[in-house]
Amino acid sequence: MRIVHTDAITKAIKEMCIEANLYLTEDVKNRLKKASHMESSDLGKKILGQLEENLEIAQKDLIPICQDTGMAVVFISIGQEVHLEGNYLEDAINDGIRQGYEEGYLRKSVVSDPLLRENTKDNTPGIIHYSIIPGENVEITVAPKGFGSENMSRVVMLKPSDGEEGIKKAVLETIKLAGPNACPPMVIGIGIGGTFEKCALLAKKALTRNLEESSKEEHIKRLEQELLEEINQTGIGPGGLGGKTTALGVNIETYPTHIAGLPLAINVCCHVNRHVKRIL
Amino acid sequence: MDKHITTPIDTSKVIALKAGDYVYLTGRIYTARDAAHKRMFEALQQKEELPFDIINQVIYYLGPTPARDGQVIGSAGPTTSSRMDKYTPSLLNLGLKGMIGKGKRNDDVIDSMKKNKAVYFAAIGGAGALLSKCIKSSKVIAYEDLGTEAIRELWVENLPVIVVIDSEGNNFYESQMNFTS
Repeated sequence: MRIVHTDAITKAIKEMCIEANLYLTEDVKNRLKKASHMESSDLGKKILGQLEENLEIAQKDLIPICQDTGMAVVFISIGQEVHLEGNYLEDAINDGIRQGYEEGYLRKSVVSDPLLRENTKDNTPGIIHYSIIPGENVEITVAPKGFGSENMSRVVMLKPSDGEEGIKKAVLETIKLAGPNACPPMVIGIGIGGTFEKCALLAKKALTRNLEESSKEEHIKRLEQELLEEINQTGIGPGGLGGKTTALGVNIETYPTHIAGLPLAINVCCHVNRHVKRIL
Repeated sequence: MDKHITTPIDTSKVIALKAGDYVYLTGRIYTARDAAHKRMFEALQQKEELPFDIINQVIYYLGPTPARDGQVIGSAGPTTSSRMDKYTPSLLNLGLKGMIGKGKRNDDVIDSMKKNKAVYFAAIGGAGALLSKCIKSSKVIAYEDLGTEAIRELWVENLPVIVVIDSEGNNFYESQMNFTS
């Protein structure tokens, strides 16, 4: 058994909230650079260049990449050999978010009640997904999610007979509806299978996977590639102002499902696809 | 076509702007997003005055991050405009001439833009750090309790924006998609 103090979790989450909002991961940066070389629209090329410049300014002057510093989504996997000491874990996580958003000069974008809409002024609560894993580690991923793109995401309960073709149709329809609203170039996380809520969670998780790592399932890897090509043929382009760079990547996660169903979730993200992972 | 425009903008400046123009804006503009629009809309319903004179002004749909010491403002890119659609025609009827945001607008807004001669610009979504460099001063002038959603008076210099919908209703998003796809 290993003892982990919740103060270490609070500190890690604080730092990860700040880091995620200032620095993108290498895979996204590489895709952006590659797209900038490949883009045929002059305006599209110009916008991609501005997005790259934006990343440099964010890093140099410590200004968040995007003013929507998101709602903090936290995936925390706790080894079953770990014993947690200190605060109640949920409070420890929210303390980390609170400190990170305050000390990192990040925007407080959370309202306490979806209808009454009063800002909580510290960006809590976060969205926390717990899981238990074998071993002695605590694995944390912090993925602040902006809502320009979150608002364009969808869950569709397809029929088994809709198959791959139905999935493609629903994804492309979602991307076209999103268009310029979701700040293209986008990153698309897709969940297929499970239940209504499981596929949405898979889609969110898919966004945290390295874009250079395709699915290990051959048929899913092919679907990721084909969808990316088809999305980039829509003509939406950077900023929605035309071009062939509509998405930088498509990641798909799957799970077993029911004989009667084919749940599909499409989680749209902009190029500011933020996620930081740490193992304690 | 690249153009340099100073704010405020009257009808003659507006009608010279065409969908697809790349514009550098200089001058005073105001920020307002969801909560501030709702409050302005409610003020109008109560026959109260708006917190600033809206005639010939430009509103930037923006909720910035807090500024660090020595900075004018934090990250300052556009938010999605369609959430303001419900409130926009009332403001256009009162003389609002320009809006800066990102994404689609509904038919009510476009019809009102044509009727009132107004222009809709897109700024680059997700480039908040870059865009913050064009903002030379920032002051909260109303609804301070709304935090990031308060109304700010900004002074901008050469803020890069693109005319997406012009005063005749031409839509650059639609024409570009049809052209490239």
